[in-house]
This record gives sequence, structure tokens and C-alpha cells, in this order.
Amino acid sequence: MGVVDLNNLSDMQYDVLKELGNIGAGNATTALSQMLSIRMDMSVPNVALLDFCDISSFVGPEDAPVVGILLGLGGDITGMMMFLFDINSARHLVNKLMMDEKNMSYEFNEIELSALNEIGNIVGGSYLTALATLTQMRIEPSVPCMTIDMLGALLDVPAAEYARYGDKILIIQSKFGESDISGYFLLIPELESYAKILSCFGMC
Amino acid sequence: MGEIIKVGMADLKIAHSPDVLTTLGLGSCVGIALYDPVTGIGGLLHFMLPDSTRMHNNENKAKFADTGLMELIRQMEAAGAKKNRMTAKIAGGAKMFASVVKSDTLLVGERNIEAARMNLQLQGIPLKAEDVGENFGRTVELNTLDGSYTIKAIGKGVKVI
Repeated sequence: MGVVDLNNLSDMQYDVLKELGNIGAGNATTALSQMLSIRMDMSVPNVALLDFCDISSFVGPEDAPVVGILLGLGGDITGMMMFLFDINSARHLVNKLMMDEKNMSYEFNEIELSALNEIGNIVGGSYLTALATLTQMRIEPSVPCMTIDMLGALLDVPAAEYARYGDKILIIQSKFGESDISGYFLLIPELESYAKILSCFGMC
Repeated sequence: MGEIIKVGMADLKIAHSPDVLTTLGLGSCVGIALYDPVTGIGGLLHFMLPDSTRMHNNENKAKFADTGLMELIRQMEAAGAKKNRMTAKIAGGAKMFASVVKSDTLLVGERNIEAARMNLQLQGIPLKAEDVGENFGRTVELNTLDGSYTIKAIGKGVKVI
């Protein structure tokens, strides 16, 4: 199996990755929408190969406070996936779950933090299950880990991983949401895993 | 206050007094601020990884502590600053997530801090102050008027070093 050159992906290969993001995020959005009994929409996913200095302009302002839930991926596909939503969305999510619509605080107590983490677990799990089914590969997510901080600081984690291989990062981004809740999934496989994913679809 | 100049990830820039150099949301990355008080020339490097010699892909000098610092010094000297007058301040190198699989991914912040200190020592530039490590992101501003380095973190207020 060859190594994929991220700088020279064909349109077809981009489309395959985009479709992967679409299916994963679709499943995850459905899970979230069922859990909260609300309607949620999803946008067409973006796949982009970016210079490190352009990541934030693609995802959002570097200093915006966000909730980030990181899952490590093991098994046939290695790398990580990140589930990001802004602090207002996090508050709305927790309020829906706790049936407490009045709380507008940006501070989260221990139970609320644990609820957010669990949302990340369920949502991340459904994203990856869809991916595993589609590719017929084994994907084992780690226990999720949540941090609330500046977007730029959270994106350092996947970016540092990519920086080992080159000067760009490939991001598969899917946006979901309704009026009060919106967020992103970022799928960040390691370089070797791209070859595996693409070869599943006879693209490598 | 002069113009505010933004430095991105794996990026470096220099500025003259009274301009301000800033980089937003440092996580495991480290921001090295150099300052020559005589000329009022400052430089800010936002690097991602500790060591270029262990990587194959090292075209972007600003990605690494070693090559980034050398390039920053070179650009500042070309603008008229003197290396023997420069002082340094560093910030960043946080551990953003408590756990998650690959341990070397999580140690990158700590390694970046060590690399910043070591490369400054190698270049003979005194490290005057630092705000590093722990588990939160930082936005930094180097004011070339006086060389002050302002650090902002969510819920932690503003700190000037």
C-alpha cells in the first residue's frame, strides 16, 4: 500500500473523504438529535488541505472559547477525531439535557461537564461506527477527553501531529446545528491511515 | 500604541517600536519573544515542534524551535538589531488534554518548553521571563515600545511579564 501524497490528492480522492465526513457526521448528528429530541441540520462537509497558519480562519477565530472533545483512534485507522462546539452551544446542549432552559452561565459544574463529555462520547462513537461500517475496518476510539479553552490552543494538538509529516494539515470538517446549537467534527487520521481509507474504495 | 501585527501558527514576524506583535491561542506551541531595547526591534516566533533535525519535512523554518529561533535572529539582525543586546521571554507549552492515547502527542508542550530554553541558551540570549506549561491556552502580545510580554488566558485574567 502506497503512501498518499496529501499535496496531490485528486478530485475523486477529495470526494471520497468528503463523503466519509458526510456519512460519519450524519450518523452523529442523528444520534445527537435523538438524544435531545430536537431537529438538527447538517451542512455539506468541507475537506481542505491547509497551511498551519490558515487552520483557524477555516474553523473559527483562534481566541474564541470552545468546548473540544478529543478521541484518539486505534485499530486499523489511527489518528484522532475532535468534536468542537462554541461555548454558547455547549450551554444550550447542557440545558436541553438537564431540562434547565434558564441557566445562561459560561461556567459549567461537575455534572454539566460530565454531561458534555458523555455527549462527546455518544456523538464521537456514532461518527466512528458509521465510518467503520463503511470502510469495513476496525476503529477503536479511546476514552474521550474534554477541554474548554481557546480554539487555537485546542487545534494545536492535531496540528502538532501533522507537523511531523509536513507543512499542511488535511481537515475533514462537518458542521451541524440548529439555531442555538452548532458545532464541528474534525476527522484527523494519521498519514498512513489515509492510504488505508482510500484503498478501501479502490482509490489508492 | 502602534500597529498590531498577527503571527500565525508555525510563523514568525518582526516589528519596530511602537508596533505590537501578537499570536492567538497558543496551546502546546510556544511563543518566543525577542527584544532589542536599543533599536526597539522585537520578534515573535510561534513554533510547533522542538527539533527540526529529527524530521524530514522541515521547509518551514518557523515550525521548529531551533530553525525558527535562528531565522528570527537573522531577520532581526538584518533589520538592525544586535544579538548581544537581545533578551527573550517565552510563553505556551501547555498540555491541552489530560489523557488520550499517544503519550508523545501530549508531551509535545513540555518538549517545546525545554527546546525553547535550550536553543536560547545555545544562542546566548538571556531568558528573562516565562509563563509556560500547565493546561490552558494563551494569547500573547509583545509590545516593542518596552519589550513587555502580555499573556491572556481564559478565566485567568491578564499577566504582563
